[in-house]
Amino acid sequence: MAIGYCNKKGTHFVAKNLNIALEKGKLVTLLGKNGIGKSTLLRTLSKTQYKLEGEIRINNKKLYDIDNVSLSRSMSLVLTEKIPESQLSVYELVALGRQPYTNWLGRLSKEDLIKIEQALKLVNISDLGDRKNYELSDGQLQKVMIARALAQDTDIIILDEPTAHLDLHHKIEVFKILQRLVLETQKTIIISTHEVNLALQLADELWLMTPNKFVTGTIDTLIENQDLQNLFPEDQVRFNTDSKQFILKK
Amino acid sequence: MATKKTYKYSAAVLLFLLLATWLININLGSVSIPFKEIINIITGTTAENENWKYIILNYRIPKSITAILVGSGLGISGLLMQTLFRNPLAGPFVLGISSGASLGVAILILGSGFLGTYLGGFLLSNWSVTVAASLGSFMVLSVVLIAIKKIRNTMSILIIGLMFGSISAAIINVLSYFSSAELLQQFIFWSFGSLGNLTWNELIIFASIISISILLLLGSIKPLNGLLLGENYAISMGINLKKTRNLVLIVTSLMTGVITAFSGPIAFIGLAVPHLTKLLFDTSDHKILIPTVALTGAILMLICDTIAQVPNSEYTLPINAITSLFGAPIVIWLLIRKQKLTM
Repeated sequence: MAIGYCNKKGTHFVAKNLNIALEKGKLVTLLGKNGIGKSTLLRTLSKTQYKLEGEIRINNKKLYDIDNVSLSRSMSLVLTEKIPESQLSVYELVALGRQPYTNWLGRLSKEDLIKIEQALKLVNISDLGDRKNYELSDGQLQKVMIARALAQDTDIIILDEPTAHLDLHHKIEVFKILQRLVLETQKTIIISTHEVNLALQLADELWLMTPNKFVTGTIDTLIENQDLQNLFPEDQVRFNTDSKQFILKK
Repeated sequence: MATKKTYKYSAAVLLFLLLATWLININLGSVSIPFKEIINIITGTTAENENWKYIILNYRIPKSITAILVGSGLGISGLLMQTLFRNPLAGPFVLGISSGASLGVAILILGSGFLGTYLGGFLLSNWSVTVAASLGSFMVLSVVLIAIKKIRNTMSILIIGLMFGSISAAIINVLSYFSSAELLQQFIFWSFGSLGNLTWNELIIFASIISISILLLLGSIKPLNGLLLGENYAISMGINLKKTRNLVLIVTSLMTGVITAFSGPIAFIGLAVPHLTKLLFDTSDHKILIPTVALTGAILMLICDTIAQVPNSEYTLPINAITSLFGAPIVIWLLIRKQKLTM
């Protein structure tokens, strides 16, 4: 699989020659500086933005040959954008995740109801069902959005910076939930994040984006190849290979 | 978990209110007719007074049905545009579609002065006004659709709509300046809005168009619910955004155009009714909102018409003034009470 992609004006390559292969049941984190193109990559992978060159395949099917409804049954998203104001309750919001499966009126079948309950339970928000979405804290809302993606019942979930704006406690909680989901449901989860140290502890695989190259692999191979050490400019942070953490330079 | 509220009770109350306001509406008018007689006339039993029968069957009932159609049609148009544009201020008026209809009628009525009496008189039949209004609103709609293709930002589309309103108003001003007092009066009377001008034949056509439009819009309930999370989420849930957007825009414009054509530009219902309904029902689900907005719009329109009629007097106030007098305070009250309007 090779992807090239761009911004709108002309063909401005944000990154070229990306080669990624992804297995089922992995928690993948995408790391890189602000503005390096993490969101662009995720948007391209999720077909929200058009690729420039190359090909993306899901289960050996070309992404651009898959129609939107079929795609929505195999890939769900958690985006950084704020949802518009509405009167939606948590339950209704999560239930919207069932749209790819419901009839033209959006009527929920028995199976839909079960999937919604499961999704709520998986992220521990069963007690929030009747609350309105605007009453929730950022942390709760993020869990609701994850539950909505779960209700969509897809093999792949892509999350763009799911832990931005959250405190440390909720950051860890969200990561733990995602890790547990991968173990329990064998889903493939791709997260872009700035929580480098958390990602290093919890992810199965890392995708590193730097201006010059794009590398993928497990933490150990990336350390061996000196890739993690080069993720950020050397002057401020340093990668400690023993603790597998980034530390501030004094 | 009590997650699925039932709205049967509230719907029953709304239906009852609709029936009540409908009866009050046909009960009150410039001529006082005993309530018992009205029931007799509606149920088809013998009427004492042929004049009363004529007034009820050929004036008051068509007028009340027009009010119901106008109220529900404008309410639903407003609701769908508010969701589509994710803007609580969107509505048929804000998008310039009603202004387009006004412009069409202005060109027809005021422009007929330049064409001489014979052709002018031919053009001014009831139907030509309807056609002109529909053409006008369709023209604005096409431009809005082209703008949508080029511009992704929905806020810009709204502003373009507002600009169209200004342009239409300006052209109407210029036309008015050069028109005779007689034609001007005719146009101004049209712009006051009127529910009572429809014959049964026209009413049947009007009712069919509104019903077909609402039936078509039922297909947009699910995608519109998905759009409550924003366009990107909606697409990721398999919604065909383009199709939904075109369906909603074309059908609501058609509806607004036809309503404006038959009853003049009626202000505020399209904006105020959806908010009022959302406040009463506390939901964003279009499956519930579409029928309740239709009912609330119909009820409000019947009340406005009853007031405009000034019972037992020979005056009829412009319906357009009454809806604004009613609508504006409701929106202000909502803003103060809720601090913000939601979709």
